[in-house]
This record gives sequence, structure tokens and C-alpha cells, in this order.
Amino acid sequence: MRTIRILSILLVVSMILPLASCGPKGGGTIKIGVIAPMTGDVKTFGESTKNGVQMAINEWNAKGGINGKTLEMVLGDDKNDPAEATNAATKLIKQDKVKFIIGSVSSKCSIPISVIANDNKVVMISGTSTNPKVTVADGKRKEYVFRACFIDPPQGSAMAKFALETLKIKKAAVFYDNGNDYVKGLAEFFKAAFEKGGGTVTVYEAYSKDDTDFSALLTKVMADPPDMLYIPDYYNMVNLIAKQARDKGFKGILAGGDGWDSSDLDVKATEGGYFTNHYSPDDPRPEVQNWVKAYKEKYGSVPDALATLGYDAANLLLNAIKTAGTEDTAKVKDAMQATKGFKTVSGEISFDQDGNPTNKDIAILQIKGGKQVHVTTIKP
Amino acid sequence: MSYVLQQLLNGIALGFVYALIALGYTMVYGIVRLINFAHGDVFMVGAFIGYFTLRALSKVTLTGIAWLDGLLLFLLAMLAAMVVCTALNVAIERIAYKPLRNAPRIAALITAIGVSLFLEYFSSLKFVFGPNYITYPTPLPMVNWEIGGLRISILQVLIAVVATLLLLALNYIVHYTKMGKAMRATAFDRDTARLMGIDVDLTISFTFGLGAALAGAGGVLYATAYPRIHTFMGIIPGLKAFTAAVLGGIGSLPGAFVGALIMGVAEVIAKSIYSTIADGVAFLVLIIVLLVKPAGLFGRAEVEKV
Repeated sequence: MRTIRILSILLVVSMILPLASCGPKGGGTIKIGVIAPMTGDVKTFGESTKNGVQMAINEWNAKGGINGKTLEMVLGDDKNDPAEATNAATKLIKQDKVKFIIGSVSSKCSIPISVIANDNKVVMISGTSTNPKVTVADGKRKEYVFRACFIDPPQGSAMAKFALETLKIKKAAVFYDNGNDYVKGLAEFFKAAFEKGGGTVTVYEAYSKDDTDFSALLTKVMADPPDMLYIPDYYNMVNLIAKQARDKGFKGILAGGDGWDSSDLDVKATEGGYFTNHYSPDDPRPEVQNWVKAYKEKYGSVPDALATLGYDAANLLLNAIKTAGTEDTAKVKDAMQATKGFKTVSGEISFDQDGNPTNKDIAILQIKGGKQVHVTTIKP
Repeated sequence: MSYVLQQLLNGIALGFVYALIALGYTMVYGIVRLINFAHGDVFMVGAFIGYFTLRALSKVTLTGIAWLDGLLLFLLAMLAAMVVCTALNVAIERIAYKPLRNAPRIAALITAIGVSLFLEYFSSLKFVFGPNYITYPTPLPMVNWEIGGLRISILQVLIAVVATLLLLALNYIVHYTKMGKAMRATAFDRDTARLMGIDVDLTISFTFGLGAALAGAGGVLYATAYPRIHTFMGIIPGLKAFTAAVLGGIGSLPGAFVGALIMGVAEVIAKSIYSTIADGVAFLVLIIVLLVKPAGLFGRAEVEKV
């Protein structure tokens, strides 16, 4: 009898508690949702993005917030898995009542999130999702969705152009993950541009994300050794393939996309390799140098592109909220679309009709002596 | 021609690693008629123990000669993995499987799946191994030789040598020691073995431990060859090794070894022709063999004991 009474009291309390926490919260905050891969195969991407957004939010709060309200970050972990990304987005929108989302990092997660955000009229901006499908689906623009980075067609062609014109490479092989929109897109655009410029793609092979043994594919590549092996995947996969490629006697150049930008990249195996990226910390512009200095002071390392674009995306969003003067997402979306020449670390940003920044430069970096060195910047 | 030989060589190297896992499946099945689905996860634990050992010893110099140090570190990591995996598998047997020894087989099978999921999810907690992908450190220098148009890397040699030595040791234990005799007797007829004065519990524990030691060594070898580890890495190699054991005739040691080599070669050949159908082909080989020879290549058709 007694246990039943205790149980029923517990039950009643547990029903009241969530109600209590639903009460008015002072009304003094604007919640900014952030979705990023905090764990899993690309966790350094998530950590950097979060740091970048946090820096922007801290700076705006130090200036008194927006419209007298302070900004608060609500973090969701997508584990770089589209299903988890959907869960995180639904939780942020339905449970935390977030009206603005920054994220996610990889395109395969941002694409499902963008559908949910657009349907719920939540303004979303991704820092680093480069696949065209993030903002557009079947030729139709998702009006509430933006990004702060360039898209994959120019990124893939930039590396192809660099390989053909600067490195004078005529033969390349390409590996890509069949189940990853970002990797697949980059591989396609690289191949198209490389072949159009007169180069030959000797081997163009797919793998799946759980594959570990590349000996068969690499033996195929080595039957007619190319000068370049293009692997536009994330760093952990690049580590896996690069080491096996060296083991199989591949002496040429390894190359890839912005997924290489991580402190966990195996610099020994990728030494001498090139990758396309969103910015270079060596850029002398004051925006870049101030940012690098501030980030170093807080986190003790040079910001990678993920941190930089997290920071840029947050600034773009917060600027649009401020310009709109309200948290009404329809008005914020219009203010964002109207952004003209907004100065960010990775360049001056205006949006085209697809929600993509126009005129973004593409930096080409080289792994040299275990460090990233800026080689050149390509204007698309 | 050398292209085909090179691909065969790749397949055999992969097959050796599968063999180390497959033997554990087949031994355990032979003795307690249980498919130990947690075996692939013991393999994963082995890879992680190797990683922690390598990381802890990364600053230590033993002899001052770089390549010899690397080799010794690698062997130490493997030894640590073997010891820990043995202890782990013996504990799993004592806690999870022993109470169910006389229960219906399906109960033990479901428990094995439960243990497997437990190992995967428990070890992916932040304070255990963590949920992240880790790039495996390689203590060995990257060296490869070209012999008659074939390219052989130091890793392939190492995998072949270490796996062969372990398999010879296993063969010796099973066929030429008292414990091996007890294992074979228990596998043949547990009750009679007990009547003959064999400590059946000890023998079963020993079998689990032996299988786990091979899986642990396999984990370190696999992670060194394919340097990316995470807590779900054991699922696919585990499934493939299990398939190899069934292909060779589950319960048969030579069968598991040959089955693993066939799986490795089939996978690599398929991959070299069309990369995304590799796994499909490996399992297709299994289906064909089972249709033609239901007990597997080396298995004996067995009458269900009542």
C-alpha cells in the first residue's frame, strides 16, 4: 500500500515538473540551434563548427545581443548520420522551439535537415555543406535555406583546373563514396572538368563507407599508374586510403576537397597532396588575421575552415535577424536573401537566387612538411 | 598475368585475417554448438587494446633501431590484445553462456546477440572507447618490394607470417596437447567426456579463451593493415568470418581456414571487376556452396543428437 502511495506521488510530480519548466523564461533570449557531428567519424568538424558559432555568439552578446535579447546556443549532435540529423532537427524545432538553425556540416545531413527546416519555416544556414541539393530540390528553391560556402561544381573544377594547368597532370584516378552526396558530387564535377580540359581519368571507382580494404581498387589503379589520385572524402577515409595507396607503391599526388581540413588528417601519408578549401589562415586581409588571432587566444589553435565558416554562418544569420528587427522568420529570411556585400572572414557575401553566396574564392592548400600551406587562390 | 596474381595476393592477405576470426567461431561452435555472435566484437576490443598499448608506449625506445622497435611494439600490442581478449571472452562465457548451457539453443543464441550489442554500445560510451573514428598509429615503416612484377608490402608479409605462426600454434595445441585432446573429446560427446574425468567447464573456457586470443591478434593485424577503428568495426568482418566458417563446414578447423581464404579471394576479385558488388559476391559464393554441399566444404553431415 505504502509503495503504491509513493509511486502515485512520484507519478504526479513527474507530470507536473515538465509543465513547470514550460513557463515563461523571462523572454530575454533568442535560441540559435546548432546541428553538427559532435561524435562519430568526423567529430573534429563538429567541434570546430561549434567553436566558430560560439565565438560569433559571444561577440554579439558582448555587444548587447540583438534587440535587447541575449543569444543562446542549443546544440544537437547528428553523428554525421542523416537519420540522427533528422532527429536532431525535429527535436530542436518541436521541443526547444528553435526558429533559427546553423548546420549541419556534411551535405548528406544538411539535405534532410533543410527539408524539415523549410517545411516548418525555420531559417537555416549551413556553414560548409557544399552539395547543390542543400538549398534546391528538384529545381525548386527551399526559401528558408542558405549556406555560407561555395558549392561543389566550382570546387571540383577548381582542382581539375589546378591539376591540368599548374601541376601539368594528364592522368588521374578518382575514388568516391557511393552513398555520400558530397563525395559523389565532387567526384563527378572533378571528372567532368578534368576530361573537358583534356585530361584522362584512368580509374573511376565507387566504394561504400564501411569498406576498409582498398587493395583490389588500388591494384587496379597501379596497373597504369596515374599522376594524381583524387579522393574527395572526409579525413578519416582519406587516412585509410592514403596509407594503403602508399603501401601499394603509389608515388603520385593525392588530392581532395574541403573534407580534408582536419587536425586528424594523416599528414605523413598525404604529404605533398593538395586540397581545395574555403579560406587560408595565411590570407593577409585584416578580417582573416583578426579572426585567426582571436580564435587562437580562445582555443589555442589556428581555426580550420569548419570553424571559420561556422563563425561566418552565425554572423550572416545574426546580421539578418538584426536587420529584420524581429524574430519573425519570414522577415528574417527576406533580410538574409537581401544581404549585399556582407564582410565575412571567408569573403564578401551576397546571395544568389538559390541561397548560395556569389563570387566565393577557392583556396588551394598543400600538405607540406606536415602542415597546410597556402598555394594559390582560384576565382571561379 | 601479374595483375591477376597481384589481386590473388591481396585476397589471400585479407583471407588470413578472416581466418583468425573464423577459427574462433568454428571452435566455439564445435564444442558448445553455439554461434558466438559476440566474437566480432571481441575482435574490435582487440583492435582497441592494441591502440591503447601503442599509444601508451609511443615514446618508449627499446633498442634504438627504428624498425626493430616498431616490430617489437607491434608484437607487444598484439600480445596485450590477446591477453585482454582471452580474459574478456572467458568472462563472457562464465557470465552469459554457462548458465544457459542446458537451455534450448535459441536462448543461448539470443544471448550471444545481446552480448554483441552490449559490447558495441557499451564500448562506444565516452568513458570507455568513445564513439569516434580513430586513425590507427602504425609503428612499422612503410616498405614494399617489387618481386617479379608483384608488389608485396611489409604488412602483407607480416600478416602472412603472424597468421601462419598462430595457426600452427593452434594446430599444435588442438592435436598434440592434453588440453587439445580434451577439447576434441568434449566436442565429440560432452557427457561421455565428463564421465572419462575431463573437466568440461575448464575445457570450454579454454576454447573460448583460445578463440578470443586469435580474434585479438586478428584485431591488431586488421587495424594495422586498415588503419581506422571504431566500436562497430567488428560487425562486417565478424559476419564475413562467420560466413567463411560456415562455408568451410562449421566445426572444422581446416574448413574455417580454407573458407576464409576463399572469402578473401572472392571478395577482392569481385571488387577488382566491379567495386560495389564485392560483398554480394562473397555471400553468393556461400549460397552456392551450401546448395551443392549443405554441410560446407569440410563439414560432416551430422545427425541431430537427441
